Amino acid sequence: MSSVAVFSKASPFDALQRWLPKLVLAPSMFIVLVGFYGYILWTFVLSFTNSTFLPTYKFVGLAQYARLFDNDRWWVASKNLAVFGGMFIGISLVVGVLLAVFLDQRIRREGFIRTVYLYPMALSMIVTGTAWKWLLNPGMGLDKLLRDWGWEGFRLDWLIDPDRVVYCLVIAAVWQASGFIMAMFLAGLRGVDQSIIRAAQIDGASMPKIYWKVVLPSLRPVFFSSVMILAHIAIKSFDLVAAMTAGGPGYSSDLPAMFMYSFTFSRGQMGMGSASAILMLGAILAILVPYLYSELRTKRND
Amino acid sequence: MTSLAAKPSISLSRIAIYAVLIGAVLIYLVPLVVMLLTSFKSPEDIGTGNLLSWPTEVTAIGWVKAWATVKGYFLNSILITVPAVLISTAIGALNGYVLSMWRFRGSQMFFGLLLFGCFLPFQTVLLPASFTLGKMGLASTTTGLVFIHVVYGLAFTTLFFRNYYVSIPDALVKAARLDGAGFFTIFRRIILPMSTPIIMVCLIWQFTQIWNDFLFGVVFSSGDSQPITVALNNLVNTSTGVKEYNVDMAAAMIAGLPTLLVYVVAGKYFVRGLTAGAVKG
Repeated sequence: MSSVAVFSKASPFDALQRWLPKLVLAPSMFIVLVGFYGYILWTFVLSFTNSTFLPTYKFVGLAQYARLFDNDRWWVASKNLAVFGGMFIGISLVVGVLLAVFLDQRIRREGFIRTVYLYPMALSMIVTGTAWKWLLNPGMGLDKLLRDWGWEGFRLDWLIDPDRVVYCLVIAAVWQASGFIMAMFLAGLRGVDQSIIRAAQIDGASMPKIYWKVVLPSLRPVFFSSVMILAHIAIKSFDLVAAMTAGGPGYSSDLPAMFMYSFTFSRGQMGMGSASAILMLGAILAILVPYLYSELRTKRND
Repeated sequence: MTSLAAKPSISLSRIAIYAVLIGAVLIYLVPLVVMLLTSFKSPEDIGTGNLLSWPTEVTAIGWVKAWATVKGYFLNSILITVPAVLISTAIGALNGYVLSMWRFRGSQMFFGLLLFGCFLPFQTVLLPASFTLGKMGLASTTTGLVFIHVVYGLAFTTLFFRNYYVSIPDALVKAARLDGAGFFTIFRRIILPMSTPIIMVCLIWQFTQIWNDFLFGVVFSSGDSQPITVALNNLVNTSTGVKEYNVDMAAAMIAGLPTLLVYVVAGKYFVRGLTAGAVKG
């Protein structure tokens, strides 16, 4: 590299250099504007039309949203999301935090144990769903195993029980994601100042109390991030339902993502499918906006 | 636990901690063990035994049948994943480079707009994306899926590189610019050689995401162009014929092995990608 270019500021080379960054970014900017925001807008528009198998642009106002709210299956899917999401987030957090705290006690073979807790996260939800569908098989899965092992009265037929099938989704999802929460909290715990713990110990506080009162409260940001990610996974959950229950029995284990897919692509209800997609976006925004707001506020306070 | 004798409260609480941790290890391993055991059993064996009974006769027939069914789709997944991972990572690296070292008016705003893509529920773009693929003549092709994965992977790949590059001191790039080095020269000579860790993180993240994708696969492909996840789901959820659980489990293992392998070999980068993508995204 010669250093001549520095002195000839207006050379064509320099002009090109000024434009290069913009040129490089331009395709991505186009993709983001069209493929993200343009498409969302397009779906939003479709949700106000009476499109069925093909898009038509006859506007029917809020009729598709009204139909959606009249649709029993949509309510089942929404209620399932509340139950599934609530339990999935709650149990994953408890399990993840507990394992992280225990693993943080100078455990031998920590690396191996961590690897085991986290491997489900590398698998596709389809693989997870397939495995758990087999494990929860009434008559052949855990149901039989525990009876073979001597627990005579054991019954586990949740997979075909419309009232309990959603718990099957929770079990599989927790298995998949709780190790990830463990990893996040373990990383957080490693960043906690050890002298605080030692000081509390000298004061005579017990370890559980120190964790509960001092250490975990200092990990609030990790906690919020975890809730955010888990909620995001829950709202987008589609593959797990597809593999494990396909929404059944009947539509008792439907989730909004599954509802959107089957109405849009199998039943030719494009307008209503779009409306359900927009409501899913609304749900994401409802958790994202407060999260970002609090993130930005804490950053400003720093 | 003799080496821990220095601590006063060894006994009961430490035993309890180890018991919980080891118990959890067993529980987390059960599905994998069950999948493996079942995949090596004969159908009769599956009927008479239980999930954790040892196969009376170890047979690979399940694996042979599963491979015969899914091998074409496995190949599709490779044809989709490899180009999509490489292209999206390359674009992400360049984007991140611009967004951290060549900022211009509006580039920050663009980054903000892009970030939202990490949270975008893809249901809101499926229909327009399928219309577009149809118009481009890419409907139901693996090329179409490569395109889709590149587009919707950009948010994360750019985020990875941008966050990595902002921590590189400005002075390094400024000095090179004063020496007359141009945009691409700086990228190739200075930035790229120090990017190995983040390239690994990004490649592994994208590989896992794209290999494991089901939603795009099921919407944008059909028949011969389907990825392995869709084929596995079709295999497992067909209601015709006798259920062959050994074949199902072998197929699930085949679908899961590539990402499991990557996780075991490069777990460090996998975890870093998860937490980086998660905490910042």
